[in-house]
Amino acid sequence: MTSLTAATAARSSASSEHSLVVEDLRVHYDTPEGVIKAVDGVSLALKPGERLALVGESGSGKSTLAMALMRLTKAPGRIVAGHIYLGGKDITLLEEPEMRQLRLNEIALVPQGAMNSLNPVMRVKHQIIDGILDHVADRKQTPDSHELEERVNRLLARVGLSPEVGRMFPHELSGGMKQRVAMAIAISLSPRVIVADEPTSALDVVVQRQIMQTLGRLQQGLDAAVILIGHDMGLVAQFANRVGVMYAGKLVELGPVQQIFTEPLHPYTKLLIESLPNLEEKKKFIGIPGLPPTLLRLPSGCVFHPRCPSFIKGTCETVAPHYQEVRPERETSCHLYAGVRA
Amino acid sequence: MTALLELRNVSKLFGGGFFSGRPPLHALDGITFSIPEDRPTITAIAGESGSGKTTLARILLGIATPSAGQVLYRGKDVARISGAERKRFRLEVQPIFQDPFESYNPFYKVDHVLTTPARNFKIGKSKAERRSRIEEALHAVGLQPEETLGRFPHQLSGGQRQRVMVARALLLRPRILLADEPVSMVDASLRATILDSVYTLNRTHGISVIYITHDLTTAYQVSDNIIVLYRGSVAEAGSVEQVIKQPKHPYTQLLVQSIPRPDPRKLWGDVPARGDAEALGEAVGCKFADRCPFVMDACRSAVPPLHHIDPHRVASCFLYRDSKVVAEQDIAGVFAPRADAARTGPVRA
Ligand SMILES: Nc1ncnc2c1ncn2[C@@H]1O[C@H](COP(=O)(O)OP(=O)(O)OP(=O)(O)O)[C@@H](O)[C@H]1O
Ligand SMILES: Nc1ncnc2c1ncn2[C@@H]1O[C@H](COP(=O)(O)OP(=O)(O)OP(=O)(O)O)[C@@H](O)[C@H]1O
Ligand SMILES: [Mg+2]
Ligand SMILES: [Mg+2]
Repeated sequence: MTSLTAATAARSSASSEHSLVVEDLRVHYDTPEGVIKAVDGVSLALKPGERLALVGESGSGKSTLAMALMRLTKAPGRIVAGHIYLGGKDITLLEEPEMRQLRLNEIALVPQGAMNSLNPVMRVKHQIIDGILDHVADRKQTPDSHELEERVNRLLARVGLSPEVGRMFPHELSGGMKQRVAMAIAISLSPRVIVADEPTSALDVVVQRQIMQTLGRLQQGLDAAVILIGHDMGLVAQFANRVGVMYAGKLVELGPVQQIFTEPLHPYTKLLIESLPNLEEKKKFIGIPGLPPTLLRLPSGCVFHPRCPSFIKGTCETVAPHYQEVRPERETSCHLYAGVRA
Repeated sequence: MTALLELRNVSKLFGGGFFSGRPPLHALDGITFSIPEDRPTITAIAGESGSGKTTLARILLGIATPSAGQVLYRGKDVARISGAERKRFRLEVQPIFQDPFESYNPFYKVDHVLTTPARNFKIGKSKAERRSRIEEALHAVGLQPEETLGRFPHQLSGGQRQRVMVARALLLRPRILLADEPVSMVDASLRATILDSVYTLNRTHGISVIYITHDLTTAYQVSDNIIVLYRGSVAEAGSVEQVIKQPKHPYTQLLVQSIPRPDPRKLWGDVPARGDAEALGEAVGCKFADRCPFVMDACRSAVPPLHHIDPHRVASCFLYRDSKVVAEQDIAGVFAPRADAARTGPVRA
């Protein structure tokens, strides 16, 4: 079985094999204290129907990456380098009006805290309709109101809500129902890529499970690729096919979900997996020692070296490891695997 | 033996006044349980969003008053105590809230949440001694005093802020720590660190903990016993080994089946999607009847009592009507003693 690293995939990005290819993406925030490299050279590739989870500590750059994929980075943030190919087209080069057509049509976001992103004074169905009308490519093809109503009802049904919900205001809905409305908006134009940024945090397990299963069903129906962002490793295990681990703005490991959980390569991933409580046995709680770095003053060499139990003196604090494929389908950036090549 | 803290038949109603045209909401419905005086315990209170967990916490702290029933501290009604007794209650029962930001004043340095109570409750004899007690407490939760003190709340991460609150509890050495979702906003590795400090408070400092959460995995890991609330009533309660590992109430079963296991080999089954609790009205019989896969006629006409199914478990469900109804009201009566030997697994220096 051969596999493509993001870099080789990017070279063949004109091919239709991948829905999304990200190549050496860099997003910086210019702040009075200095430049924050929130996304610092991330590369990845997604095929249709694939479910990639991006995990990492708070502040590791997950939401910044999600917003950049939508080309919604706001000042003081800036995409300073890299490429994002959506269906073969480099969206970093597009003018805003053109990008606007792609949003919702080609790539859609369920934002972090989506349930608070709804307009409080607008009925649910009007919010869904607005999204559709805003993004229809051809003004002449604007559907009539009866057709729109039908579409809203179909969308609500697909996320498990009844047509009455369309006539309600957000404050009349529970958190789980609002989250599903945000998801209905995201799929309203059958995008090929769905980015879901912590779609269920703050919801309880029963509702969480319903929402993730809804997302999975929708994605299968559309054959869309999904990027699920979050730090709930339970949800990741339940939902994803592949997992990418971010640390201080960098992707430090990427691989198939099963392997990430049973045989993590990067020491950070290992600690992350070990810190998870389970229901099988009562374990000692182990956190990851040390603190996440401030992105303003990153450690030299490997950014993880001050917290790393496998620290190699003389190497890790001086040389930044390359992110590379070390086994089929497994990529990581760690000196432990420097000599190993796939 | 008087209990340290005791709830007697506590109910809380919201809204539903004469003019509202709606029936009142029973946020809590006749809850009775106690925290013993003679041994430190960890009790989890779990349940979905809106099940009444925070309401229960606020009543236990004396911040909210029950609509019916009583809260007793060392045998005295907290609504009536005053003066020195009240001060003692406020020292001995310390909260940690879900959002650590709410516990801070953004204009004061972090030090404020430590120095003020240290002074008020006369911790240490001198300023220097107070300072060293504060540093000791910060060390105990894995924080460096020099990285923490002198900073403003927004200069600390969420997990650091939360640990300062745990340090505050350590400093004050309360008898009871009431933690409402202390880790729901932090990521997995910090979650472990914070829960470890809470656990240590119990095991080495003899502080009883009430751990409120909807995360049954951590509830299983930290607590000895658990109370599962469903819309203000006790659905099931008892030792975590029984309630979480072998749930008997259909609601607890639904909760446990829905836990996202961090293991791709143990996948969720399909859920029978039976609506959100919020969308349902007040029922006559069992509150869970509309969502219950085992619903029977009896469930629609009467509220099931708490049946004593196992030595260390009760459940309010007619499926177990052959088991006797619990004699005493206090569900803590069936709680299991704490199990220390069970904790295994890797230990890192
Ligand atoms: N508008 C901004 N201005 C300056 N810095 C920012 C801004 N937004 C984010 N950052 C910084 O960029 C880094 C990455 O933030 P981001 O929100 O992408 O993290 P995240 O991984 O999504 O975290 P979380 O899990 O907490 O949502 C953080 O250090 C954050 O402080
Ligand atoms: N001040 C209030 N006025 C009216 N209703 C309230 C008030 N506080 C709580 N409630 C209602 O009481 C019920 C229980 O709420 P509570 O906050 O105790 O739930 P919870 O179990 O803590 O939920 P969560 O997991 O979301 O924190 C809910 O239906 C809530 O809407
Ligand atoms: Mg984020
Ligand atoms: Mg609450």
